[in-house]
Amino acid sequence: MRGNLAKAFELTNTQVFRRAAMPKSYTDLLGRKLFLALLTVQGLGAFALITLGVVLKKFGVARSVIQPRVKQEISRAGVALLPMFIFVALALGFVVVGQTVSALARVGQTAYLGSTMVIVIVRELGPLLTAMLVLARVGTANVIELGTARALGEVEALEALGIDPVHYLIVPRVIGMSLGIFSLTIYLILGALASGYLFAFLQDVPLTPGDYYKQIAEALGWLDFALLALKTVAFGFFIAIVTCYHGLAQPLRLEDVSRVAVRAVTQGVVVCVMIDAIFIVLYLVT
Amino acid sequence: MSEPTFNPAVIEMKGVNITSLHDTSTVVVADANWSVQPGEFWVVAGQQHSGKSDLLLHAAGLMVPAQGSCQVFGCETANFGESQIADRLRVGFVFAGGKLFNQLTVAENVALPLRYQKNLAAEESARAVELILELFELMPFASITPANLAGNWRQRAALARALVLKPELLLLDNPLGGLGARHRQWLLRFLDQLAAGHEFFGGRPMTLVVTTDDLRAWQHPKRKFAVLDEQVLSVLGSWSELEAARHSAVKELLAEPVETTI
Repeated sequence: MRGNLAKAFELTNTQVFRRAAMPKSYTDLLGRKLFLALLTVQGLGAFALITLGVVLKKFGVARSVIQPRVKQEISRAGVALLPMFIFVALALGFVVVGQTVSALARVGQTAYLGSTMVIVIVRELGPLLTAMLVLARVGTANVIELGTARALGEVEALEALGIDPVHYLIVPRVIGMSLGIFSLTIYLILGALASGYLFAFLQDVPLTPGDYYKQIAEALGWLDFALLALKTVAFGFFIAIVTCYHGLAQPLRLEDVSRVAVRAVTQGVVVCVMIDAIFIVLYLVT
Repeated sequence: MSEPTFNPAVIEMKGVNITSLHDTSTVVVADANWSVQPGEFWVVAGQQHSGKSDLLLHAAGLMVPAQGSCQVFGCETANFGESQIADRLRVGFVFAGGKLFNQLTVAENVALPLRYQKNLAAEESARAVELILELFELMPFASITPANLAGNWRQRAALARALVLKPELLLLDNPLGGLGARHRQWLLRFLDQLAAGHEFFGGRPMTLVVTTDDLRAWQHPKRKFAVLDEQVLSVLGSWSELEAARHSAVKELLAEPVETTI
């Protein structure tokens, strides 16, 4: 409870560095930036482990309060974003899939269609674009909500009522965002593939829906499904951790909230790209 | 749960160094020694930034003293954790300004501790919440969020939230701050009822500690007084002892004219 936040904060007391005077040389500045980055990684790691610990240790605790909050977060990071994702899926299909299909048809290489679609849409663009959109739309709101709650003393109020802030505020967001990104990615991929074919069809590309479906189905392996699930859940988990960490784990003043939100989004993008890089390596070695 | 040692005191501070919530390296009260017995009503007075809120946070076990021993119901607050949750819930805390959860309505704010600690669905806690809202005259504001509530009622909602679990010790940080005359009178009367044993809370006298920066409203023969000034907690005792102490800080807190040198 009180210890959870304190532990994360003690490990990442980066404010000392942030508030210190500017170093006199570029090497000192570089060193400070590097040290800050390491402290942030350490803090994020500690916060992620603490959150995982609370998820496991308090599974089933205050279920009647936490369950509705989880549903609310799934709705916020998933269901509520569906209209936007339908639009993005259509756009992605028209821009990427439709053009690829027609380009491959022009050079008579439609045999590569399935594997191209799987690499571009299923493995890369689908999950990464979903993560970026959820980070922008829900992650930012997370930092602002939690940062404001922190600055207004609501976290201390929770502790005074014997409520673990990590359990009440973070766990529903982590679960909601993981499931939200997973589901939205599936919808985005299906929508993009369908609208892409529609675009190709409108350009009179000689490819039947059956052939298109068959090629994609043949290019997909069980590993694609497993890694897609893992990747999207990892995106959701870490976006929630980064945004909640910046909103909650350090004492904030109201004027700090906007600055912290910008920092959280930047770090969220970096974390997503790093996770994506790890999965590219996994795809290459398997 | 750790085995509580035999100690009748509700709060027992021995040589405690109290640090600031916002900067834990700054000691705001040094070497505090203070004992609160069951059923007592304490008023801790001090100017702004004298460390009253930090003292109260330490007394509630929400902060760990930098030095010394702070026990609540016989349990060392440094060891307060998940396993001491039962002892933690014997303490109610009302923050200055209320610190209600802005995303929740007044009714949801009051229901939250009850629902979380007893794992109750909203419908299961509805009756208990309704009763306490009626007691605090908050029913008309039940579905309003705190941002749309006047400060007087926010403070009252925060008090209802702190009392919904029927604690034995209630700590209030500057409860009269910003209240109108009617609400001040209501609150003072209500706190006296709690101290005497309110029927709604089982008739058992509640131990109370309040902080203030204006002593005038708190004059009462049954209340005990302590003053925070220049990092020192002076435990003075009854109102007559407070007056007899002729402490310069007391004069200021009673808004009496004091000699100043420019």
